[in-house]
Parts: sequence; C-alpha cells; structure tokens
Amino acid sequence: MWYFVSPQIVFGAGALDAIDGLKGRRALVVTDGPLVELGLVDRVKAHLDKAGIEMHVFDGVEPDPSVRTVRRGAEVALDVGPDWIVGLGGGSAMDAAKAIWVLYERPDIDPAAINPFDDLGLRQKARLITIPTTSGTGAEVTWAIVLTDTEEQRKMGLGNRENVADMAIVDPVMAAGMPPQLTADTGLDALTHAVEGYTCTWHTDLSDGLCVRAARLVFENLPRAVADGSNMAARERMHNAATCAGLGFGNAMAAIAHSMGHVLGSVFHVPHGRAVGLCLPYTIEFAARTAPERFAELASVLGISQAGGEAGARALAARVRDLSREIGDPTCVTEMGIAREAYEARLEKLVDDAFNDTQVVAAARMPSFEEMERLFVCAYDGDPADF
Amino acid sequence: MALKFPSDEWIKELGQLLNASASYERSAKNWEGNFIFVCEPDETYDSAAYLFLGLYHGKSTGAAMLESEDEREAQFVIRATFSAWRQVIEGKLDPIQGMMMRKLKLKGDMKMILRYVAAAKEIVSCCALIPTDFGS
Repeated sequence: MWYFVSPQIVFGAGALDAIDGLKGRRALVVTDGPLVELGLVDRVKAHLDKAGIEMHVFDGVEPDPSVRTVRRGAEVALDVGPDWIVGLGGGSAMDAAKAIWVLYERPDIDPAAINPFDDLGLRQKARLITIPTTSGTGAEVTWAIVLTDTEEQRKMGLGNRENVADMAIVDPVMAAGMPPQLTADTGLDALTHAVEGYTCTWHTDLSDGLCVRAARLVFENLPRAVADGSNMAARERMHNAATCAGLGFGNAMAAIAHSMGHVLGSVFHVPHGRAVGLCLPYTIEFAARTAPERFAELASVLGISQAGGEAGARALAARVRDLSREIGDPTCVTEMGIAREAYEARLEKLVDDAFNDTQVVAAARMPSFEEMERLFVCAYDGDPADF
Repeated sequence: MALKFPSDEWIKELGQLLNASASYERSAKNWEGNFIFVCEPDETYDSAAYLFLGLYHGKSTGAAMLESEDEREAQFVIRATFSAWRQVIEGKLDPIQGMMMRKLKLKGDMKMILRYVAAAKEIVSCCALIPTDFGS
C-alpha cells in the first residue's frame, strides 16, 4: 500500500489562463521581492482580476525561507482572510506558501513540526495554487516543505500529504526570464530529483516512469535552455521535466545528494540546485559499490551505458558530471571557492546534519558516519567516491 | 537463541545493542526522551503489550516490559499491531513509511523526531539484529 498524490496540473503555454475561471473572493500571493519587480506578480494579478478575485501580496520570502518568515506570512494571511493562497516563485516561495497555508488553517501548529504522520484538516479556509517561475524544484507538485532553522543553520525537511497544492500552473512563460546560471542550477535540481526518485528504496511503478522521462528531458534540453534562454521549446521541456521529476520523487523520496546538498546550502549558502547537483555523482558512485542495480538500469534506459552493475552506475555518475561541466556548474566544492579551512572546520556539522536529514531514510546505500565524511571530502576535492 | 517478541528479554536486548552501537550514540547524541512501544492485539496476537525503552544522549538508560502504559513516564509512544511490529522488525515495513500509512501511530514531539531521523533508523537496524521468535 502506498499513495500517489498530485495537484490538478495545468501546463504549457497559456496555462495561466486557468486562473480566469477560479471562484473566490481574495487571494494571497506568496512570493519574493524580485518577482514583484520583474512583473510576474502583475501577470498573475491580471488573471485574478478577470476572475474577480482581490489580490494581496506577501513578498517577504527570502531564499531558504525561515520559520520566522512563514510565521509573518501566516499573520498576513490571518489578517487578509484569503480563500486562495498562491505560491509564486521558485521552491522557496512555494514551500513558504505551503507552510503559510498550514499555519493559516492551523495556527496551533509549530511550523517546525509539520509532519507526514498527523492529520492536518486543511482546506477549511483556503486552497493552494502553485506557479513555478523556475524549472527545477518541483515544489509545485510535491508536499515537501523545506524551511531553515536560522539559529542552527539547518534545513528542515517537513510536510504532509494534505499540503500538496490543489492546482499547479506550469506555464513556461513564467520561467522565460531566468538567467543562465539559475537555469543551470535549477535544472540540476530537477535531474537530482529524477535520479534519486528512481533509485531510492521508496520508488514505485507509478513514480518510475515520471523520473525516467524527467531525466531524459533534462539531459536533452538543459544545455539548450542554458545556452539560449530565448529557446522557448527547450524552456517548456525543462519546465515539464521539473514537474515530472517533482511528481516522481515527491511520490517516492529523494536521497543522500539532497541530505548533503541541504547542509551545504544551509552552512555555506550554496544555491539548492547547485548543491544537490554537485553531490549527486558522488552519491551515485557510493551506491555503485553495493547497490548499483537501479542506477545501472537508469543508465541503460537513458542510453548512457549498457554495462550494467557498478560500471553502469558509474557511467551515470560520469554523465551527470559531463552535464554539469557543459552548463558551467561546479563538479566539486573547491570550484565554488569555499576555503578548505572553512570546510574542514564545519565538517563534523556537515556530517551530523546530513546524517539526520529526513532525506536519508530511503537511500539505496546508507552510509556510516565515516562514509558520509568521506563523501563530503570527495565532494570537496573532486575525487570519485570509490569506497 | 531467538527471543520472544514482545518480551522483557527482547526489549532489554535492544537496549544492549543500542548501547553497543557507535552509530546510534553519535546520531542520537543530544536525544532526550523515553519511548513506550505499544503492541496492540490483532488476529495473530491476542493481548496488548508495552515495551519501555529509556533513551538519553545516545545511550539506552533502561528497558523493560511493562504491565501498563502508565507504569513509566515516556515522552514518545508508538502504537502498532503485533503484525505491523513484526513487519518492521523483519525489515518488511519501513517504519517511516509505516507511520505515513498510519500503520504505526506516533505520539510525542514531532519536531524532535524529525531532527533525529538517523537515530530512529539505527534503532530499527538494531531491532533487525535480534533473533526474534514471533510465535506460531
């Protein structure tokens, strides 16, 4: 027994038109300041106006949103009284929107305790729409919420199946303005979701196909989208890839690349997609020694290698690194300019926090503390994980 | 020799295995909170059982089978049927997935639990190391 959870998904050019037919009185758009300045909030407002829905905006979401931020957002929601919450942005804005929605409906809940084991009883006051403006996070279709504990410099993997959006609007025009670096970083996030969703121990028949398709779309379209941001065909395929990968891993699980990436992000402020994409090949190589089957199978299905076993898995890792190089992303921590002394000084925290990150539970091969430390060292130096 | 589940011997063995686990000690180094595992009757087991496991800063501070749930103070209580516990111990049911499917019901500070995923996984790993007799 398991579940497959998904919002209604409206996708492709013109998907924003779906807003025109909504019924409601007030919407609270949860977003960040730059998206207001870029005019993306105005685009949504135009459609809300057509629906006769009054728009309010909470634009205080920062990258890697904190518990404090979502509490502030929830106060705004309680003040405005919306019947729609709209998460507009990348993963940070959409995750914040999910958490703000939960707190709006359930002010008694501690956001750091939003978990998949309790019944929340949402949708008494409002429903949730997600509109991604990047192509990678998949947060538009997942129930995961990542918030940051700013005091402990730690990302918290939270969420509940109930807090999946009611509607995801996946319109490529909303991601058309991404600069190349953001396109590259978020695209690697989508690839990491696809690979980890396919290879984690919680994968299912229903999630597998989505992950394979997403990985193929990323390999084929990410370099084109990075090289030429005006290539709307590539943009649209990447936008779809991110949603497919979100559905895939969101109904399975992520794995160690996310555990490591969360910690790199919270301690050294590395953008999420860049961090998980950098860690992914090392974690594939680590799994290749004792649990290569799913990785080799994915390599085979994608036409990367028919070698099978450890060789097949390592070929997949090599292909991920090749993609990173092609789109200008780092393949090791040194390339990000983080000093060795600073890295080594935080190594124990990196290992401890990665080990207790919620994403480790479904790893194909679970590392020991010592092995996790070696993985972080390999990721720093760029040495293949061969143990 | 296989130890009967649920029993006083079984939960004491789990406590000893945890105390021998360097991995558990590190992953739970700041953990504070005792558990009671409630084994609820089902078609294969006809009475309730209560297993207490004291846990503090990476060590087990005590383990015992109780007469009732109220006999000892515990910050966390996990309830499941005998069959569900058996699946967890035999490695056929991931306990996190079990909780998401409501086959295992956890009561306690969720914020705390979510911070110690690796420790929880280590406890389950130790359960799987115990030669267990589930009866006929």
